[in-house]
Amino acid sequence: MKKAHVFQYILVTILAVGFFGCKPADDGDVIKIGEFASLTGREATFGQSSHAGTALAIEEINAQGGVLGKKLVLITQDDQSKAGEPATVVRKLISRDKVVAVLGEVASSRSLEAAPICQNAKIPMISPSSTNPKVTETGDYIFRVCFIDPFQGTVMANFATKTLKLKNVAVLTDVKSDYSVGLAKFFKETFVQSGGKIGSEASYSGGDRDFKAQLTTIKAANPEGIFIPGYYTEVGLIAQQARQLGITVPLFGGDGWESSKLVEIGGQAIEGAYFSTHYSPEQQTQQSVQFVEKYKAKYNSLPDAMAALGYESALILADAIKRAGSTEGSKIRDALAATRDFEGVTGKTNIDENRNAEKPAVILTIKNGEFKYVETVEP
Amino acid sequence: MTEFLQQLINGLALGAIYALIALGYTMVYGVLRFINFAHGDVFMLGAFSGYYLARIFPQESFLGAAGVFAGSMLICAIIGIIIERFAYRPLRDRPKLTVLITAIGVSLLIEYTGQHEKVFGAAPRTFPNLVPDTNFVIAGVSVNSDQILVLVVAVILMIGLQLIVLKTKIGTAMRALSFNAQAAALMGININVVISFTFGLGSALAAAGGILYAMNYTSIDPLMGILPGLKAFVAAVLGGIGNIPGAALGGLIMGVVETFTAGYISSAYRDAVAFSILILILIFKPSGLLGKTQVEKV
Repeated sequence: MKKAHVFQYILVTILAVGFFGCKPADDGDVIKIGEFASLTGREATFGQSSHAGTALAIEEINAQGGVLGKKLVLITQDDQSKAGEPATVVRKLISRDKVVAVLGEVASSRSLEAAPICQNAKIPMISPSSTNPKVTETGDYIFRVCFIDPFQGTVMANFATKTLKLKNVAVLTDVKSDYSVGLAKFFKETFVQSGGKIGSEASYSGGDRDFKAQLTTIKAANPEGIFIPGYYTEVGLIAQQARQLGITVPLFGGDGWESSKLVEIGGQAIEGAYFSTHYSPEQQTQQSVQFVEKYKAKYNSLPDAMAALGYESALILADAIKRAGSTEGSKIRDALAATRDFEGVTGKTNIDENRNAEKPAVILTIKNGEFKYVETVEP
Repeated sequence: MTEFLQQLINGLALGAIYALIALGYTMVYGVLRFINFAHGDVFMLGAFSGYYLARIFPQESFLGAAGVFAGSMLICAIIGIIIERFAYRPLRDRPKLTVLITAIGVSLLIEYTGQHEKVFGAAPRTFPNLVPDTNFVIAGVSVNSDQILVLVVAVILMIGLQLIVLKTKIGTAMRALSFNAQAAALMGININVVISFTFGLGSALAAAGGILYAMNYTSIDPLMGILPGLKAFVAAVLGGIGNIPGAALGGLIMGVVETFTAGYISSAYRDAVAFSILILILIFKPSGLLGKTQVEKV
């Protein structure tokens, strides 16, 4: 009996130490910034690139002494490219890690999931590269540092009519993705306005692997080009299956294509295709050249648009915290909204009244398995 | 017309893969009267074994492809036998529902183990080209070499399976077991061996289906087996579960119907149509197209 008593004492002591012994981490000397990204899963390269950029920026800021005399700490959560996951991880970032601001995501559907949570908690959220207009419409705490799809759709529609000289195109949309549906809509509007014709419209659901049925229908309509506003995993497969079915017309799409996996999956079939995005490492501005150098030194690879915007989102946030002079949510929000002429890697960032950034778009093509710069379109 | 023929070929190539998976469901059901829900995941493991084996064998050659197929089918046959031995055999005398829930458990175990970064990881991978990739155009209809390979391999495997089941001793034992397990045991048939063999055979077919699927739709991930597995299950019920030619027919019908739905109506209804077929069959012909109605003995 006595022995059992002793054990109970020990047990209670251990539990008590476990509960009360470890004090909450001292928040005094660091500023915690949350990040949610698709580090694994179907859109893994988006999250990995974006995170690489963000982490590089945080490291740089800390090397220069941090913000408000404190070091920044980046807490990253993986949402596995899955619907439902962003809500869980962002709630965790806000309630458990007590972050002062949230950075993320690339895919619009997942940013849209996290946005209401940040809005309700009055924690500013910056999406580095979600382009669907609805993301920032969620509320006044939600920002983005990239252009939006009405602009991107217009750019690609003009590119199709003016550069590629197409009159009749087919559109293949991912109905599961807010980004894809939105971009397709804005593309069609401008393309039809400038005299073009949408010869055929088909859809798929993200995660599908068989697109031959839709492509056969598209082929029967004889379009001069196919606009595919989707994400790279599906786009690669679509390109392959289109070429297998004997479709030889040009394929083009938006920033969802930007991933080295696109070329890996699409192979020969994706050669000569075009897409619009935010940034190309071939751009020769001073900021871009410096960024490419630093990125290469750290990761030994070339940055893409997601990395550039991930980098920029962290720098803009740090700048806002500096100007706010405080880590209070409402003060950071006001400072973010007042961001003007921030010289970054992808151009000047001006946050407008809808909390979006107006930025130039870059058009790239795929040549010998690499992305090549074609042109820049100013807003 | 060309468009119609093209859709038909697309559908048949997809259907042949469903048929191969459906055969595994049907055989296990025929012998054990239970649905092995982990079957779709064995299909995924088949694709991943093919992915790793393709690095050993010479690429883009028929001999290499044959090696990949044989190796992956062997690996999955062993996995199938192991699953049966450790997950299902201890529960053989328990209610069927217990085994069914265990099957779902095994399925989730394989899926989420596969997603762990130290196993396969959740990111999709690109399946290599096993045979030289060429397109044939016949009367305006494009046929890809992978599609032809799917049909040829599926037909060979189905004929082989039919021969095993009808002409060999172990096949006779399988059929005896599906009629009456107790009587078969009394006649000196080693039930455990026959059941292991059935699982091995079904899993090998799933592996072949997995590689064919991966060759056609070149990205593979640990969750790739869920939907094809469910569709193949519908195909097996459609053809008459427990009936081998029925599973083949059901698979082909599923593939064609899905492709036509996506091509002529909308891809959004693709899965809805597949599962509506299941409901209709269960209402109007519960035994399936080729299944025989059995009188429940009391």
